[in-house]
Amino acid sequence: MTGLLAVITVSHYLAVGAFFFVTGVLCMATKRNALGVLMGIELVLNGANLNFIAFGSKYLRSESLGLDGQLMALFVIILAAAEAAVALAIALSFYNAHSTIDVDQGDELKG
Amino acid sequence: MLLGTFDLHTFLFVLFALTACLFAAGVLFSSNIVRMAFHLVLSLGSSAGLFFLAGAEFVGAMQLMIYVGGTLVLLVFGVMLTAQHRFLEMRTNAGEWVLSLVVGGALLMVLLQAAFSVSQWNTPNTERSQLAVDESKAATPIGAALAGVRVDKLQQKDAHLRAGMSGYLMPFVIVSMHLLVVLVGAAYLARPRMAVRNPKGGG
Repeated sequence: MTGLLAVITVSHYLAVGAFFFVTGVLCMATKRNALGVLMGIELVLNGANLNFIAFGSKYLRSESLGLDGQLMALFVIILAAAEAAVALAIALSFYNAHSTIDVDQGDELKG
Repeated sequence: MLLGTFDLHTFLFVLFALTACLFAAGVLFSSNIVRMAFHLVLSLGSSAGLFFLAGAEFVGAMQLMIYVGGTLVLLVFGVMLTAQHRFLEMRTNAGEWVLSLVVGGALLMVLLQAAFSVSQWNTPNTERSQLAVDESKAATPIGAALAGVRVDKLQQKDAHLRAGMSGYLMPFVIVSMHLLVVLVGAAYLARPRMAVRNPKGGG
């Protein structure tokens, strides 16, 4: 690897995807705001999308997933939109019922 | 000499990857929820640039339109609806930070090691320079695949294999129904609770 003179490969995309995944997981683990947890989930899904695109790109690999990678990424984007809508509705419902958005306060179902 | 080997693709990749990673770290490390939302918008926007660089221009455009333009606007509305003064800044304990950074750093090391250790992944594609830019128009094949026809797999000789490469019509229908059901469910979940609180009308 010689910095700006290296040719980009699938591994570079996987590295960026891994960084997104780790930041997303840490966001989910450390944020106390429920919407912050939601943002962590979006980061994780975007990391997965980067991997799908990298494995599907014919510029990066000669035998790639082809169009399947792009189609899976599209489905991930659509499902992320659905997931965000439901999670936001749950968060707003929780906020209306408890007047707080702190996930540490949401321990009523604690066993 | 230096300009001769300078690769614009590499330069743009490093640019977009650095912005995406920096703002993703910004989402993680800022404690203000409004700043987190702004950093998330910039991070996902620069990852759309990475999609364009990999030749997935349709997915990149969808990323910008659905993700950044739709989902994150929804998130920002959620932030605005719940952003009372005491919820704007919610700090995490230092102990939890240390623990999560140790665990996250270890996980990142493992993943990076795995990403760069497979030789099929870290060798550059030698046929890259022979691929014409014109070949990367993906919108029409994606639309045909969602309608059930894989126009990109027509050269598959084996008829048995070709049958297995059917399009994505069924998942497309399922995901459409899923979106409809989910949006109705979300509207039901987030409805105002006034009528439920006093069912007898007795205050």
